[in-house]
Amino acid sequence: MRNYINIKTLIWIFGLLIFQSCTEFEPVAPKDDEEFAGPIDGLNPAQLAQRQRGDRAFAEVFSADNGLGPIFVSTSCISCHAVDGKGHPFTTLIRFGQTDSSGNNYLDKGGPQIQNRALPGFSPELIPQGAVSTKLTPPINAGVGFLELVSDADIIAMSDPNDSNGDGISGVPNYNSIPGYITPFPNAIPQGDKYICRFGKKGSTYNLLQQTANAYNQDMGIASSFNPIDVYSLLEIDPEVSIQTVNDVLFYLQTLKVPIQRNMNDAVVQKGKQVFINAGCEGCHRQTLKTGYSPVEPLSNKEFHPYTDLLLHDMGQELDDGYTEGSAKTYEWRTPPLWGLGLAPNSQGGQYFLLHDGRAKSIEEAISLHGGEAAASRNLFNKLSISDREALIKFLKSL
Amino acid sequence: MKKLIILTYIFASITVNTTFSQIDSSLLMKVPIDTAKQTMNMDAIYERPFLKVNKLPVSLGGYMEVNWQHLGTNGISDNHQFQFRRLTLFVASTISEHIKFLTEIEFEDGAKEISVEFAAIDFELHHLLNLRGGMIVNPIGAFNQNHDGPKWEFVDRPIAMTQMLPATWSNAGFGLYGKNYSDNWMFGYEFYLTGGFDNSIISNTQNKTFLPAAKDNPDRFEEIASGEPLITGKIAFRYGQIGELGISYMGGVYNKWQDDGLIIDDKGRCDVIDIDFNTTIPVINAYITGEWAMIFIDVPGTYTQQFGSRQQGGFLDIVQPVLKRSIFGWKSAVLNLACRIEYVDWNVGSFKETGGNIHEDLWSIMPGISFRPTQQTVVRLNYRYQKLFDILGNPPLITGGFLFGFSTYF
Repeated sequence: MRNYINIKTLIWIFGLLIFQSCTEFEPVAPKDDEEFAGPIDGLNPAQLAQRQRGDRAFAEVFSADNGLGPIFVSTSCISCHAVDGKGHPFTTLIRFGQTDSSGNNYLDKGGPQIQNRALPGFSPELIPQGAVSTKLTPPINAGVGFLELVSDADIIAMSDPNDSNGDGISGVPNYNSIPGYITPFPNAIPQGDKYICRFGKKGSTYNLLQQTANAYNQDMGIASSFNPIDVYSLLEIDPEVSIQTVNDVLFYLQTLKVPIQRNMNDAVVQKGKQVFINAGCEGCHRQTLKTGYSPVEPLSNKEFHPYTDLLLHDMGQELDDGYTEGSAKTYEWRTPPLWGLGLAPNSQGGQYFLLHDGRAKSIEEAISLHGGEAAASRNLFNKLSISDREALIKFLKSL
Repeated sequence: MKKLIILTYIFASITVNTTFSQIDSSLLMKVPIDTAKQTMNMDAIYERPFLKVNKLPVSLGGYMEVNWQHLGTNGISDNHQFQFRRLTLFVASTISEHIKFLTEIEFEDGAKEISVEFAAIDFELHHLLNLRGGMIVNPIGAFNQNHDGPKWEFVDRPIAMTQMLPATWSNAGFGLYGKNYSDNWMFGYEFYLTGGFDNSIISNTQNKTFLPAAKDNPDRFEEIASGEPLITGKIAFRYGQIGELGISYMGGVYNKWQDDGLIIDDKGRCDVIDIDFNTTIPVINAYITGEWAMIFIDVPGTYTQQFGSRQQGGFLDIVQPVLKRSIFGWKSAVLNLACRIEYVDWNVGSFKETGGNIHEDLWSIMPGISFRPTQQTVVRLNYRYQKLFDILGNPPLITGGFLFGFSTYF
């Protein structure tokens, strides 16, 4: 009997230990600097609740029953932006039909974007005969709320259309028309009816609301009040996603934290950063920007380090696909932020797919494909000693 | 709620109104499982402990499962969760010689879902030729046939057999089954034509080919989406104590390809092959059971590769009794150590764009301890460690934590 009591006592103690300390036996969270999906610090409970709704909507999967397509590229936001990082060629977009700033000539033929997949029983779109096209891999989402808030004045201040400083770099903003549902920022500096745009590989999208509404419509075939045209019939249809849901997703994107640099005090990383500056890379990949005012206090008037100037640059024939958007030339691309570059393989299936269409399988290959305004920096990179080159790559991977 | 009231009334009517106005408990007799008799997985439907009321030709039974779990994924804990997963009631009846009936009514998640999982009448024409009709559990794999909670040492059901194959997949239909003995050999077969799948298996909110999605179709007991029957067949062999090997197949056209006589789509097939086995290792009496299934689905080439055209997965359970003795007054109590290894690949193939492997797969290992005070009751404590990879193969979501539960026949 005494043995039984002892066994029973042991079982109770064992059970209580598990019950009380079970969290200790669960997997730990990735380090803060190893993931993108977290929120910015300082949101209040109401803001966190809206962000949670947006997070769930971002992961919502669309099917034939809730509006997918019938022609589409992807079935959910998260399919293209796994863990809010850079995308994979599986969900690469194909856009076509525009060669200059006069606009897209194929809007009545399914432009500007191919929906290359279709529900059973439907046929996907094909690129019309004779239309130019380009492939665009989904960009990193982290930190986009900060990029949205960089003032037009700051962007203009970084531009140098005539290369007046003689450094060979002459960035220009992409001035583009904006849809009627977009309210320009109070500090916007338009040229006539064109506004400075900043999102997308060509920098032709004004803000994250336009980006989100377009993605619902063009990527998933989901009509909203913002963009009610069905991609298949090209007719206006009832909204398939509510305004509130779009706003929640918008808030989720706006409040994603910025990627956090790792090993920033490492001596080799520090050396690599100096090589980066000396090679003139910072002429386009500007280290530090700042946000303007935002009603979301944690986003308001903050310095951050995206390594972009949000301007268009001539990247030479190497990257000229013959297609463009807004006022960009076919050989011009908006400087992509370099933050999060080191973690790109964590969202791209363990490997790199860099540049606008994922053609570069390594950072070195991406640099080697820089032409035009970036050719001088590329040439300097090619002449670097092995240790300087390794330091530069280590620095870029720390971002 | 209305359903619950109706079903409770039906059950009460069977158990009370047709027998006595007040039952004398001394008339209730346990009909234990005949452990001396060699059985196969196909016998699981009838090989359950029943309660018989005097000489009434109706037997009653059932089982329930309740558990606590504390699981976390990548540092985010779900904290304490108490779950009443299911209460299942059986009613069996010998209608006349060579005609019997059994039904299994399941209340899941605290009666949020109520379903008739099995309800069939069997005509025995010969031991090798029985005709069965009703709501039939399709005999695809051993777990689908033999899934009662108290029979297993793990709180969770195998993932491949519940989230790749549909768990407890039952449909309206007819078929044949039979069994033969010869010395140590046993042979059994089953063959059914039933209702089947629909377009939801490749168009659902799981974002992957997901056969269990068809279970949500409320019309599937009235109408087959394709208009063509789902064929399910299984053959199994058993040799004495060495073990049982089963091979099963299920297949048919799954999609709605015509509507009011108009051809609206190509016919798409879904085919499943499953191999199951179980054995007991002599001397140490370790019990091993496993199952592996492969699924082949016609997915249109112009659809998204998010929905795979091939899937595969299975599990392996090892259960080692470590103590068989009187414990806490239960004379034949058994303490087991157990371990389950699981793997599922929901999307076998490679990306058209890169040629790289499509992932969407999962690994899991689940060691545990189970205590059986009697054969019909199990108390189990498991620890799950699981890695779930997304379609691209990015760093996995790692889930871990404890699960504890009771499951018992009554």
